[in-house]
Amino acid sequence: MTKVGINLGEKRIGARPAGFWRDLMSVAGRALRAVPREPEALVPALIVPIFFFAVNVGSLSDISSFAGVEDFEAFQLPVAIVFAVTGISRASALVTDIQSGYFDRLLVSPVSRYSLLLGLMVADLVLVIALCLPVLALGFILGVGFATGPLGVFAFLLLSGLWGLAFTGFPYAIALRTGNPAAVNSSFILFFPFAFLTTAFLPQEALTGWLATVADYNPVTYLLAGLRALISSGWVLADLLPAIGAVALVGLVSFYLAFSALRARVRSS
Amino acid sequence: MDARGTSAGGAAIRAEGLVRRFGENAAVDGVDLCVEPGEIYGFLGPNGAGKTTTVRMLVTLLSPTSGRATVAGRDVVTEPHEVRLRIGVALQEAALDAQQTGAEILRLQGRLYGLTAGETKRRLSELGELIDLGDALDRRVRGYSGGMRRRLDLAAALVHNPDVLFLDEPTTGLDPVSRQKVWEEVRRLNDELGVTIFLTTQYLEEADRLADRVGIIDAGRIAAEGTPEDLKRSVGQDLVVASTRGEANGAVERLRGLEAVEKVDVRGEELTIATPDGPRVVGKVAVALEESGVTVERLTLRTPTLDDVFLEVTGNRLNDGGDDSEEDGR
Repeated sequence: MTKVGINLGEKRIGARPAGFWRDLMSVAGRALRAVPREPEALVPALIVPIFFFAVNVGSLSDISSFAGVEDFEAFQLPVAIVFAVTGISRASALVTDIQSGYFDRLLVSPVSRYSLLLGLMVADLVLVIALCLPVLALGFILGVGFATGPLGVFAFLLLSGLWGLAFTGFPYAIALRTGNPAAVNSSFILFFPFAFLTTAFLPQEALTGWLATVADYNPVTYLLAGLRALISSGWVLADLLPAIGAVALVGLVSFYLAFSALRARVRSS
Repeated sequence: MDARGTSAGGAAIRAEGLVRRFGENAAVDGVDLCVEPGEIYGFLGPNGAGKTTTVRMLVTLLSPTSGRATVAGRDVVTEPHEVRLRIGVALQEAALDAQQTGAEILRLQGRLYGLTAGETKRRLSELGELIDLGDALDRRVRGYSGGMRRRLDLAAALVHNPDVLFLDEPTTGLDPVSRQKVWEEVRRLNDELGVTIFLTTQYLEEADRLADRVGIIDAGRIAAEGTPEDLKRSVGQDLVVASTRGEANGAVERLRGLEAVEKVDVRGEELTIATPDGPRVVGKVAVALEESGVTVERLTLRTPTLDDVFLEVTGNRLNDGGDDSEEDGR
């Protein structure tokens, strides 16, 4: 039997508060390390937007001019980006942590409670921006150019990433409230009204009836308008400010739900 | 022993009237505890007795419905952050992230407890032999066996050198060699470093061998408390146990009339006779049973165990609750 030997001669190592930012980076680092280890979650997120982009452009570009769209590749690129970033989160991993008891292990440590969620969101932001890159590359290959130049590309990525981040609050809220993987998976259904009941395939002025009404209230309509402006029109504040506002509004709602759920989860009741 | 785990000479763990209700059900129903610094306290009880609920309150995962508790001199409700800095916790199920390697989990633990990379590395080196994972430490946890997970879980609870260590059924699922190793480490942590250890278990041998004092919890209440020796002595110096064929009630009065017999308990087809002098009484018991017309299948003379104590204070044997999991390698 081997005797375990703790060196008693040196100064004793003891716990101390790590601080919010170190906690945040620790949680985010762990989440990012896990991403490439779960290709089953990553690969569909990579393929779906590229698939839709290729199919939509291939099948609809010839008839898009009837709806007043001159450059359908440029029109569709923001849609593919929205497909790439909407609903991407570590919520399923969070549920696994809750079910396995690892979340409790984190809770009995002095880690900042908010960093447990914000750290995951930081990782999500990095991931969704990374997911945008291949879609963007495909857009460039198909000849899409940015009227706003390289800075516009950066703004495009940032706005897309922030949208992805804003949306993460919904699956996290469900994960923290239910601790149920099926419920988290079903949160994907939120993606459909946001992504399709909007100007995904036709410009706003070409929509009619109930779809036009719903699209008027869908924040993704304004996000797409902002992203399209960066590609085709330049720094048009009339398009960009509503886009930023739409992201902020969705972010406010979803973060409120997520952090309320976090408080309920960590409240030792 | 340089005992840690408290401030200014107080108790390492103190609970006063601790109650936790879930709806109408009181999982913990007025627990009073006082664990001294440097002590190993064994919290013994069957499944559902309230052990884990008590631990979850003491480690700040669950608020008491009423009552008060302090750990390392800090209140678990009003100073939870201070409590968390001073405790290490290995919960009932080895709580690990299967996607990370063992080393990544331990390094993350170190970071969350404010350790520098160098300090964490030193602690990993110190804990290396307890972990005993060799190269597997750099492999993902999803490939670990139950025993490997348990050892890693225990190491994760120790990375930051806690003053008070909570071990919730720490050897469940371990093979005998690993179990022995954990026992030695628990004893050594206590002996050499003075770590106060609160150990819940449903294994009698574990409580008997490790704990300085044992609290027996049943239906949310402490049914008995004391050193294992004191508790066992409370049942009697020796026990004569007779397994009979058929009811043995008819022999009880005759047995109680025997010299040096302190107590006679009947449980189904088993008679337990407590006596200060087993070797002298066993023959007389055999004769009394014979004269009472009771058919004896087996007559055993032994010293009391904690299971006897449990039977005495709760009316049930602890092993009835499924202690056979001890051997099934779960």
